[in-house]
Amino acid sequence: MMIPDGIEDEEKWLAEGIAGIQHNAFYMHRALDANNLREVLKYSAQMLSELRTSKLSPHKYYELYMRAFDELRKLEMFFKDESRHGVSIVDLYELVQHAGNILPRLYLLCTVGSVYIKSKEAPAKDVLKDLVEMCLGVQHPIRGLFLRCYLAQISRDKLPDIGSEYKGDSDTVVDAVDFVLQNFIEMNKLWVRLKHQGPGRSREKLEKERSELRDLVGKNLHVLSQIEGVDLEMYKDTVLPRILEQIVNCKDDLSQYYLMDCIIQVFPDEYHLQTLETLLGACPLLQPTVDIKTVLSQLMDRLSNYAASSTDVLPEFLRVEAFAKLSSAIGRVIEAQVEMPIVGAITLYVSLLTFTLRVHPDRLDYVDQVLGACVKKLSGKPKLEDSKAKKQVVALLSAPLEKYKDIVMALTLSNYPRVMDHLDNETNKVMAMVIIQSILKNTSCISTADQVEVLFELIKGLVKDLDGTDVEELDEEDFKEEQNSVARLIHMLYNDDPEEMLKIICAAKKNIMNGGPKRLPFTVPPLILSALGLIRRLQGREGDLTGEEVPATPKNIFQILNQAIEALTTVPSPELALRLYLECAEAANDCDLEPVAYEFFTQAFVLYEEEITDSKSQVTAIHLIIGTLQRMNVFGVENRDTLTHKATGYSAKLLKKPDQCRAVYACSHLFWVDDLDGIKDGERVLLCLKRALRIANAAQQMINITRGSSGPVTLFVEILNKYLYFFEKGNPQVTSAAIQALIELITTETKSDSTAPDAVSDPFFASTLRYIQFQKQKGGAMSEKYDSIKV
Amino acid sequence: MDFLVGAFKPPCNVSISFVDTKTRKQVPLKKDNGQTIMVPLFQSQENIIGEVLIEPTQGKKFEHNGVKIELLGQIELYFDRGNFYDFTSLVRELDVPGELFERKTYQFEFSTVEMPHESYNGINVRLRYILKVTIGRNYISNIVECQDFVVRNFTPPPSINNSIKMEVGIEDCLHIEFEYGKSKYHLKDVIIGKIYFLLVRIKIKNMELEIRRRESTGSGPNTYVETETLAKFELMDGAPVRGESIPVRLFLSPYELTPTYRNINNKFSVKYYLNLVFVDEEDRRCLGAGS
Repeated sequence: MMIPDGIEDEEKWLAEGIAGIQHNAFYMHRALDANNLREVLKYSAQMLSELRTSKLSPHKYYELYMRAFDELRKLEMFFKDESRHGVSIVDLYELVQHAGNILPRLYLLCTVGSVYIKSKEAPAKDVLKDLVEMCLGVQHPIRGLFLRCYLAQISRDKLPDIGSEYKGDSDTVVDAVDFVLQNFIEMNKLWVRLKHQGPGRSREKLEKERSELRDLVGKNLHVLSQIEGVDLEMYKDTVLPRILEQIVNCKDDLSQYYLMDCIIQVFPDEYHLQTLETLLGACPLLQPTVDIKTVLSQLMDRLSNYAASSTDVLPEFLRVEAFAKLSSAIGRVIEAQVEMPIVGAITLYVSLLTFTLRVHPDRLDYVDQVLGACVKKLSGKPKLEDSKAKKQVVALLSAPLEKYKDIVMALTLSNYPRVMDHLDNETNKVMAMVIIQSILKNTSCISTADQVEVLFELIKGLVKDLDGTDVEELDEEDFKEEQNSVARLIHMLYNDDPEEMLKIICAAKKNIMNGGPKRLPFTVPPLILSALGLIRRLQGREGDLTGEEVPATPKNIFQILNQAIEALTTVPSPELALRLYLECAEAANDCDLEPVAYEFFTQAFVLYEEEITDSKSQVTAIHLIIGTLQRMNVFGVENRDTLTHKATGYSAKLLKKPDQCRAVYACSHLFWVDDLDGIKDGERVLLCLKRALRIANAAQQMINITRGSSGPVTLFVEILNKYLYFFEKGNPQVTSAAIQALIELITTETKSDSTAPDAVSDPFFASTLRYIQFQKQKGGAMSEKYDSIKV
Repeated sequence: MDFLVGAFKPPCNVSISFVDTKTRKQVPLKKDNGQTIMVPLFQSQENIIGEVLIEPTQGKKFEHNGVKIELLGQIELYFDRGNFYDFTSLVRELDVPGELFERKTYQFEFSTVEMPHESYNGINVRLRYILKVTIGRNYISNIVECQDFVVRNFTPPPSINNSIKMEVGIEDCLHIEFEYGKSKYHLKDVIIGKIYFLLVRIKIKNMELEIRRRESTGSGPNTYVETETLAKFELMDGAPVRGESIPVRLFLSPYELTPTYRNINNKFSVKYYLNLVFVDEEDRRCLGAGS
């Protein structure tokens, strides 16, 4: 209950204070109206006495202060008009000093002082000097701060600045600066002292109260920055050193942090650039608890914005060696603040890096230097645990990528991978993803094998299992996403020169092969396809490929591919391997390499026999094989026979009858290649079709037996279509009579009682018949052919 | 009844006036009954010229043994009330014994009067100057009329007026060094100085400068000392830290001070002290310095 009570009491005290001010202000107004100086002084002093309270928190005190402040404005108006009170300003200046209590006395003195300066009866600098000296009498932190705040307020427009009407005869800017600096220094001292007020109060509350007051102190710096006479030279020689001296000497972290920030914010960037050394020199002297990294980051942010604002200033940056100074300052800060958590150090490096990237985009060596410093800091320590630190490292490493939009740049940074080494596996992966995404986004090509090596070193977290990764923890979806990215990345490895491309492929393959069973299915296909792309290119310029010493021949590449695919079979991922074999076989076919193609087919069949056991997969696989085989033209008769024989054999051995049927009629195409010099073995085509019909029949019967009704006639219609195809292609073995018979068979089947109308097969059949009709009526040679078929 | 009233009334009115009443500066003087009246101000070596007007009441004549006017400088010690010690006494005979029928004016003049001491109104002692007109009478008491006036003397500023600088303190609690610009001040002076904190171990709430008057009367074993605080002037609000230096600027003019009097006719002395008072959360501690 302590705290609520305290707050309530405070409200009460504030209300009392306000009432006191209002009460005395009322009498003061009356005295003002009556032009009665004695009474005015009496009541204004009484009113100001309300500010002597110690019971209020800064926040509430401020409220009270503002009330009094408003009243003092009226008082000032009165003082200004000598005809109203009949006392010269000099006498008035003495008169108000008769007040017995110091706080009202000084408020009045400041108020009269303001009028005094305006009257120009004394030089502004003397009055100001006197005021700022006299204010020393208030040593109570809150009261002193507000009093000096009042002093700053009333003096703001009266500083003897250049161009000011209060400027004296010579060089009074110095006086203006001295005055503000002195007030600033005293205010900061008071502010720092507030920390030691009241042992009963919690530290947290005190800190909060102090932060509420910080702007009172900071305002002085703002005023300084507004003084026109403060040019670079004066800033360099007087203003900055004195401010820094105070900041360092006050030994208070809150104050140091705030004021450093203030300096950076209020003074022009140009000044910062010219005084970097001084400003940075103060940094290692600050308390270890000061959040120096934010301060420096702010500074570097400002400077880099400044650099970006105009190209004219860039030479200045070079002249003052901004980078070297910042870099060494950061080094010193990190060295000096042993306690600083690693995240702080890294954040500093991130800021420095950002600065470098913006100001010196052409200096890759700077970037590398920053990374190197970071490595130095990280080395000898266990891998990062702190998630914030990890995030910062990711930011550090991402920054150059974002800037250059070109991974190749990053690959030349020798320290880049060394930084990554200090990341744990998880973060390493995150970083690897960032890299990949950057490459993909910017579609930058990696065009040398060396770069590929470095790149794979960078993303090794994704490419292979690292020590200590718990496989169980991996999220399936994330994993897929990662691997898909890697797969996409492989397509970005490209060089127009086949030799280099081959090297790239070899390098990639070497890295990918270590990926383990879970990754290979993702990563091998793009590699194969990329290699096949190369083969196609080589094929395009066949003429050059004569020399023996040239390694980039399709043959060599096929060997590599074979190994790669083999790896997949062990994974095992036979379906994928089979597809890839077939792809390769086709490519080999196009390269006219019969033995190679044959080898690939053999591999495919072996896989089919040994590894593919699932019936559905078998169906898919056999269709793939048939399809590929059909397009092969490289094989001699013998080889082709062997392969087609195998294919038809496997087709007939499929488990389900419809599958068998379809595979078999597909095989018919193996014997009829619709090319000029293609195989046209009509007899074997017909054999296949007849065999398919038999199987279809058998299937129909099986359905009859098991279900009691005929199945759909889909298979028959499909076979009919094949018949029509070969009929049209001019296969002499396929006669119109056979087609006629088939049509009738289907018609009977569909019309039999036991067959239910089917939504798929019936329209299919109907449209097939329509097609025949159409061909008949079209006229020409084809119509004549069809003439004999009756529908 | 008229007769009765007339019997107890003084037979005449006496009034004293100065020639330069209109031009002479008037200063307030506190009377015994607490009232403040305005009286003329003189300084030593001045001529005191004026006239005494005696006006018999109701036009009756009365006899007298002569009229005289005295200029008296008196010191009155309150523990010895009624006993005046006259350090200055000048007499002018205004009239020889005779009768008075009508109002009569007597001119008087004391030229270049030596008035070495200043008027002073303290706690235990009073130093005053009066003009006293006595109309001597037989058998019945004399008619006496007094007129106060105030004397202030100027002394040239001292040729040696060193600053006061001293280091004082309470062991392990508070060490300060104070410095005042002068050791002697005139009455409209400004005390300017500095208080420098060498060590602060106590929680000071504020610091005040007091002006104290120390009045000692009598001599030897019968010395009475009375101290009175005439002014309290807050110099500092809050607790300073080591190394802080607080300015002092005190205008003396608003306070009713007198010069320092040293052993006036062996009767009394008045001295002024500047006292620094530190108020901490619980009690008071004082440190002093004279002037």
